[in-house]
Amino acid sequence: MNQAIRRSWMVAIGMFTLILGSLTYVQFFQAEALSTNDWNNRQLYQEFGQPRGAILVDGRAVAESVPSDDQFNYQRVYNQPNLYAHLTGYYSLVNGSTQLEKAESELLSGTSNELFYDRLVRLFSGDQVAGASIELTIDPQLQQLAFDLIPDGQKGTIVVTEPNTGNILAMASKPSYDPNLIAGHDTSVVIQNVAELSEVPGLSIYTNPATESLIAPGSVFKLIVAAAALDSGLFDEDSEIPNPASLELPGSSETLPNYVNGNCASRNTADLEFALEQSCNTPFAQIAWELGQERIQEQAQAFGFGEEFYIPTRVVASSFPDELDQALLAYSAIGQYDVKVTPLQMAMVSAAIANDGVLMKPNLIKAVRAPDLELLDSPQPEVFSDPVSRDTADQLTEWMVNVVENGTARGAQVPGVEVAGKTGTAELTETGDNAWFTGFAPADDPQVAVSIVMENVDIATGGQLTSPSAKRIIEAVLNQ
Amino acid sequence: MSDVMTVPKSRRNVEALLLLVALTVAIGANYIAGLDREEQFNSYFWTQAATFVGMGLLIHIILRVRAKYADPVILPIVLALNGIGLAMIHRLDLTRIDEATFTPVAPQQLLWTGVAISAAAVLLVFLKDHRILRRFTYISLIVSAVLLLLPLTPLGLEINGARIWISVGIGTFQPGEVAKITLAIFFAGYLSTNRDLILLAGKKIGPLQLPRFQDLAPMIAAWFVSIGVLIFQRDLGSSILFFGLFMAMIYVATSRVSWVLIGLALIGVGGYVALQLFSHVALRFDSWINAFDPEVYNRNPGGSGQVVQGLFGLASGGLVGTGFGQGRPDLVTYANSDMIIAALGEELGLIGISAIVMLYVLLVSRGFRAALGTKDGFGKLLACGLSFTIALQCFVVIGGITRLIPLTGLTTPFMSAGGSSLLANWLIVALLLLISETARRPAPSGPLTSSFPDAIGLNGRPTPGNPTEAAR
Repeated sequence: MNQAIRRSWMVAIGMFTLILGSLTYVQFFQAEALSTNDWNNRQLYQEFGQPRGAILVDGRAVAESVPSDDQFNYQRVYNQPNLYAHLTGYYSLVNGSTQLEKAESELLSGTSNELFYDRLVRLFSGDQVAGASIELTIDPQLQQLAFDLIPDGQKGTIVVTEPNTGNILAMASKPSYDPNLIAGHDTSVVIQNVAELSEVPGLSIYTNPATESLIAPGSVFKLIVAAAALDSGLFDEDSEIPNPASLELPGSSETLPNYVNGNCASRNTADLEFALEQSCNTPFAQIAWELGQERIQEQAQAFGFGEEFYIPTRVVASSFPDELDQALLAYSAIGQYDVKVTPLQMAMVSAAIANDGVLMKPNLIKAVRAPDLELLDSPQPEVFSDPVSRDTADQLTEWMVNVVENGTARGAQVPGVEVAGKTGTAELTETGDNAWFTGFAPADDPQVAVSIVMENVDIATGGQLTSPSAKRIIEAVLNQ
Repeated sequence: MSDVMTVPKSRRNVEALLLLVALTVAIGANYIAGLDREEQFNSYFWTQAATFVGMGLLIHIILRVRAKYADPVILPIVLALNGIGLAMIHRLDLTRIDEATFTPVAPQQLLWTGVAISAAAVLLVFLKDHRILRRFTYISLIVSAVLLLLPLTPLGLEINGARIWISVGIGTFQPGEVAKITLAIFFAGYLSTNRDLILLAGKKIGPLQLPRFQDLAPMIAAWFVSIGVLIFQRDLGSSILFFGLFMAMIYVATSRVSWVLIGLALIGVGGYVALQLFSHVALRFDSWINAFDPEVYNRNPGGSGQVVQGLFGLASGGLVGTGFGQGRPDLVTYANSDMIIAALGEELGLIGISAIVMLYVLLVSRGFRAALGTKDGFGKLLACGLSFTIALQCFVVIGGITRLIPLTGLTTPFMSAGGSSLLANWLIVALLLLISETARRPAPSGPLTSSFPDAIGLNGRPTPGNPTEAAR
């Protein structure tokens, strides 16, 4: 009987060996694969259980982690939620993270390589892992002003940058939302809130309109055509272009009219200065035909079109269409048809002209600080591209000053300051027009570049909401 | 003659020393569980410490008095396992302590620990010799039948699809847990009595000695019990356990591989039929094979969510674990009962959980050692059966959690929350201790021998031990 007992014991040992083997398989060999499995939310729970660094504007936290009583220990809280929603985005258990919360997540959560030393120290001291804090280039007063200049219920975006550094001083959009509604830990409440927010017309909680919505630019695109015209050598300040009230488009039954509310009809021919001043369409269509699609496209690309980049949040690529016939090229030259830009892209065009033809890379981050406040990173101004020569930039500046002094952007005039600007109205058949202003001031020593777009408005309202708002912002910057 | 030499030493002092280690583990683990909430020295802590010290000492003293040659390792191992399990249950309680409607499980489990160890103490005191149990062979069969049928009576409760609980006043009780002891007693008694008959009769075909048909009756009975449990109580785990228990015992009794093969064939047929006929068995298999299929994962009930979450827990623990109190074992459903191994594996890591498995290996090995040492066939069979049950239960539970085999709802011996399991396993410990006592006790010598009829040895001297016990 003892032999059988020994054999049974061996079977038992065999079973234990199998158990140890399968435990080793799961906990050692499969550990990596299981930990990265989509259904595994342990990482998330761990992340949400830790304090996350704050997002600061001028020393004040607009997003921070505060201790909470629920199972996660910390709750992400957004102060001034609506004002900064499109910048901070949200850090949500249910909905993932967006914008800065996503782009800078590694730093905020403390898992970034830059924080390796900090983590090591904390490992031995037993302190909890803490994230870095991120300070933005945003000017809080300017951000508030920009936000307030967009009426409630109006879909619009205002971007204010510093031309010689690329720093973004304000970036506000409406309609906005409260990220706190999405950052809560109660799944059913958050789902309900998200459903309600998705009903708000014109709002997407997933995107920042300033960097991720593509809008028809209308006549502000003429700046790019004008730049291409000057740089091509085919046109200069003396070039006179026929200025008919409307232009027959080859291969199309349609005609391209001049801007009805402008003063275009007063001249039969126009130089570039006048064509910009009154935003005349027909001269620009003819310039485009002469330049050809390729030159305009290249000029647009030099300003940043066709390129997705990060500030560090994502900026989608603005686009100028391909393979255009003469009719569509004419429409495209005045920023209609399939030309699509982000509000930030238009601010970059103005900023590049303001900065003597050198485009600085737009940037939102002033400083990154470790939990002990040690400075980890402080992004320096970076050149994005050289879209136009200095001479061309000077010439365009002169013309844009003229637009504000005598032309369509008179509303942006600031007493005692030379303001450069250009308006635009993109006519959309279905939803109303997009009203644009882009410009900078002072013209001789630019401190600020502004781009404003109000979507789906009639022309009169749009005019009221763009140039005069630019004036208020320029005044605010220069009076500081 | 048994070829295992027993050393006539009491070893109770070794036990006392190991007990100290075990109590340190049990109370230390409980301390760490409370550490996170900075209430490590509350009344629960002191109650737990007092219970473990008191109960550990109680059994130790009883052994010193009544069974001083009993195995010195079994008690410390079991106490340590019980303590680790209880600490994990307490630690899991603390994650939910803020919920208004939540009743902590640990105090209840601590109460059951006290009850279970007391029951073991009573058994040790009143059952002087395990051989007395042989008299209850057929009574045990009847008791087993009653216990297994109880859940099917109006007393029974159905929880999560399995009908294996009965309601007893303050709480629920799983009679099947106790039935595995009474079944082991019945099989041990029956097989030790009828062994020769079963062995000698039957045809021989090739290397296999086939049993006579009528000798197959107990195996058929065991098969019916297992299948009955599977069908009527929908408890795959217990079903495997009962049949495994019987297979081990009949193999030890007969040393015939043919019996094992017949048994495996029977269970194979039964399992296949069950798979075809009963959805709960088929679902278990499906969520084992296709655990990572989204449809299977999200299926409710019968989905693989629990086992997959358990795997995530184990994986997040990795080699060294997240540290006790630092992981998220509460994300796994039934973390304190069915899935307690996943919880421990997460927080103690592969190293920690392997140490726990090694404790089981030692415990089971000491049980088999007692079986080898004891001289009566009944004791050998009983010790073997009970030890094998513990091993098989560990295999079914941990194998299920690690997806080696389908997950079944068995408890992890001594660790899972659940009073009946704790009680049954402590009774098994008492029985193993008693059997090990007879295994290790030196043969009576000196004046005592004269009171027995002497066996005639060389030179007329009495031979030590029982010469009629045939070594096999």
